[in-house]
Amino acid sequence: MPRTPMPEREGRLRALDFEEVNLGYTDQLAILEATRCLQCARPVCVDGCPVGVKINDFVAAVADGRFDEAGRIVATDNSLPAVCGRVCPQEIQCEGACVMGRRSSPIAIGHLERFVADRARGRGGEQAPATAPSGWSVAIVGSGPAGLACAADLSRLGHDVTVYEALHEAGGVLVYGIPEYRLPTAVVEAEVGRLEEMGVVFELNAPIGRAESIDDLLDRHDAVFIGIGAGLPRFLEVPGEHLVGVQSANEFLTRVNLMGANRSDAETPVLVGKRVAVIGGGNTALDAVRTALRAGADSATVYYRRTEDEMPARREEIRHAREEGVHFEFLLNPVGFGGSERVETMELVRMRQTEPGDDGRRSVEPIEGSEVAVPVDTVVVAVGNAPNPMLSGTPDLTMSRRGTIVTDEVGMTDKPGVFAGGDIVTGGATVILAMGAGRRAAQGIDAFLRSGALVEID
Amino acid sequence: MEGVYRILSAEIIGPDVKRFEVQAPRVARYWKPGQFVILRAIEDGERIPLTVVEADPEFGVIVLIVQGVGKTTRTLNSLSEGDMIPDVAGPLGSPSDIEMFGTVAVIGGGVGTAIAYPTARALAEAGNRVVTIVGARTSDLLILVDELEAVADTVIVTTDDGTAGRAGFVTDALADVIAERRVDRVIAIGPLPMMAAVSALTLPHEIPTVVSLNPIMVDGTGMCGGCRVSVSGETKFACVDGPEFDAHGVDFELLAARNSSYCEFERRRLAEMGEK
Ligand SMILES: Cc1cc2nc3c(=O)[nH]c(=O)nc-3n(C[C@H](O)[C@H](O)[C@H](O)COP(=O)(O)OP(=O)(O)OC[C@H]3O[C@@H](n4cnc5c(N)ncnc54)[C@H](O)[C@@H]3O)c2cc1C
Ligand SMILES: Cc1cc2nc3c(=O)[nH]c(=O)nc-3n(C[C@H](O)[C@H](O)[C@H](O)COP(=O)(O)OP(=O)(O)OC[C@H]3O[C@@H](n4cnc5c(N)ncnc54)[C@H](O)[C@@H]3O)c2cc1C
Ligand code: SF4
Ligand code: SF4
Ligand code: FES
Repeated sequence: MPRTPMPEREGRLRALDFEEVNLGYTDQLAILEATRCLQCARPVCVDGCPVGVKINDFVAAVADGRFDEAGRIVATDNSLPAVCGRVCPQEIQCEGACVMGRRSSPIAIGHLERFVADRARGRGGEQAPATAPSGWSVAIVGSGPAGLACAADLSRLGHDVTVYEALHEAGGVLVYGIPEYRLPTAVVEAEVGRLEEMGVVFELNAPIGRAESIDDLLDRHDAVFIGIGAGLPRFLEVPGEHLVGVQSANEFLTRVNLMGANRSDAETPVLVGKRVAVIGGGNTALDAVRTALRAGADSATVYYRRTEDEMPARREEIRHAREEGVHFEFLLNPVGFGGSERVETMELVRMRQTEPGDDGRRSVEPIEGSEVAVPVDTVVVAVGNAPNPMLSGTPDLTMSRRGTIVTDEVGMTDKPGVFAGGDIVTGGATVILAMGAGRRAAQGIDAFLRSGALVEID
Repeated sequence: MEGVYRILSAEIIGPDVKRFEVQAPRVARYWKPGQFVILRAIEDGERIPLTVVEADPEFGVIVLIVQGVGKTTRTLNSLSEGDMIPDVAGPLGSPSDIEMFGTVAVIGGGVGTAIAYPTARALAEAGNRVVTIVGARTSDLLILVDELEAVADTVIVTTDDGTAGRAGFVTDALADVIAERRVDRVIAIGPLPMMAAVSALTLPHEIPTVVSLNPIMVDGTGMCGGCRVSVSGETKFACVDGPEFDAHGVDFELLAARNSSYCEFERRRLAEMGEK
């Protein structure tokens, strides 16, 4: 039996708006897909999931039509299942491990996870059992998946939680980066709303480090979790990159996703133009290029310096982008931009693959004299993000040379009582890893508070 | 603590220029001279940067001075006492360098005078001899002269048309000051051409010169890179590395070009606003 396809909106049509591309399984489709699962004695799929969701168990529950129970099983390991079901790179995680992948195609674990999470959300979500207040208070800095997951667990453990967020909306990359057609803002809003109901306080417009320091927070709270992400956009550092029309993916996506620049009555502008070139090969590049088409570009092309096989983006995004009319150019690397004030051309050099190195990985090198120029109206640079530098001056907080915060296994930094997790610790990674780090730190913070270590510090 | 940003007073202090006192306890408490906020004038509005001119940490109040140049600043200037501002994020940016330099010339052009005022005051408090030069096209556009008189040792007013103070540009006045006495540091804040002219003037005299740059910003946290400027050949993000930079390294032409990125859109929005 083949994998049950996800109902999707037609490619060309959906490329005209920001409505969600995947429509979600119906009850019947979910049961159909769940019954394909072999219920392996040794469910290797679980090993493939970074947070160990009991996939075999929840899929069995779906197959039986026990959807609420399926939701509860997922929720024990994953506090953002509606998000992860949509954006996890399943092909290299749970689904990549699933034994069915060797016979035909893996169980659509992500689609099923999304299904049970959406259903639970429709009913108002899982009700957390009330815990006696511990009397301790914890500050969370940053409201991305790491911060949200940490806040949820700490609140469940009875602690008083305040989330400090620099922007005017909570959610981190989930609201300003990942577009609406892939992850509706309503999904994230529901998650934030649920935390507010649990008593978590959100203080928006609060850039910690410029406003209160971490030490100021420690005066008011008993512990701090830092989940400020890797939001600092890298540029190519090539001539002409300052020209008008060359922008980072963060800027382009933030203008559209957070500020609504695509709407006709928008207050915030965005430069799109007719011919859009996007540089990079990850999810960010694909989000930018598909957003560009939706925001009115005539043609939108991804330029990636390696080959399609090496693209770090989710496979589903690459397929969706193609269906929507995105062009792909591989083994080309920008070396400069031309134009007077506004960017008009992009110069690229052709790349060739080298022989595999010791790590088995092929690298690429430029082919001399192979430069070409292409006409462009706008360029979106999506070549990665570095750790957010806003807290880099914090005393006693050890940072790596790359600018990430150094922690132990449970997420504690060298500054007692201060924990960190997510992209600020790992560098740009994934939603599920950030969520897992937030949850691990919540356990670490709980143990720290109950250990009495706090008294020694005070 | 936060979330309510009420306008406590709004006063017209010049043509299209308004002074606001806004309730913003977090900003008021942690602000240092040279830092700014990013606010939205209405829900769904654009995020724009505005310098904090003064702050009262005790009462949680900040002072903003706004020149209505486009849709958002004009919308803001249409608000009055008791109105709410949906978001005021901050403080943002690196504070001004406040040290004992000796004699410092602080130059404010147009609404840049508002931005220069807190720095001038802090420099005076740090023991510097502060010479301020305030420039405007015409006398009606002069702001904060009395306030500056109260903190600076000398205040020189210039107007392009000679309707107040001496006729001419701030650079003429600065050239005279430099000829008369030793100047250890120059701070210039105002329109780009003015800052570029001051920078060109002080370069041959080797006087350390600081300008406060005003690129287009979105988040103000170093996340978008839209505010990037070129200083001594290096890319800097004005919202976190600045907004103040060594004037002699700044590529002013590039910044002027980047600030015109959205001019078509801005004109259209303003025209629509006028029709309503
Ligand atoms: C465009 C894009 C697409 C992506 N697509 C995918 C995908 O499909 N699948 C996937 O798994 N991963 C994806 N990722 C990666 C994933 O989004 C990140 O790994 C994840 O969001 C990291 O979570 P985080 O909580 O560590 O930080 P973030 O989500 O970055 O959140 C950090 C938050 O902290 C706030 N903040 C920063 N500094 C301060 C401060 N000083 N004070 C207060 N608040 C502060 C920020 O404003 C932000 O809200 C994508 C990333 C991008 C940019
Ligand atoms: C760090 C910083 C501090 C600032 N402090 C103040 C302040 O205290 N008081 C004040 O009145 N203004 C200040 N500004 C400028 C203010 O942010 C802009 O005037 C505002 O963003 C314009 O928005 P708008 O929608 O009203 O006009 P728009 O429609 O966006 O633009 C109208 C006109 O203003 C120009 N413009 C656009 N953006 C800027 C900008 N960032 N700076 C200068 N000109 C611009 C445009 O080219 C156009 O000619 C500051 C800017 C920065 C970066
Ligand atoms: S959280 Fe991600 S990796 Fe884990 S089961 Fe769900 S979709 Fe798969
Ligand atoms: S590996 Fe695949 S088939 Fe086996 S239990 Fe997991 S999801 Fe089911
Ligand atoms: S305003 Fe976005 S990085 Fe400075």
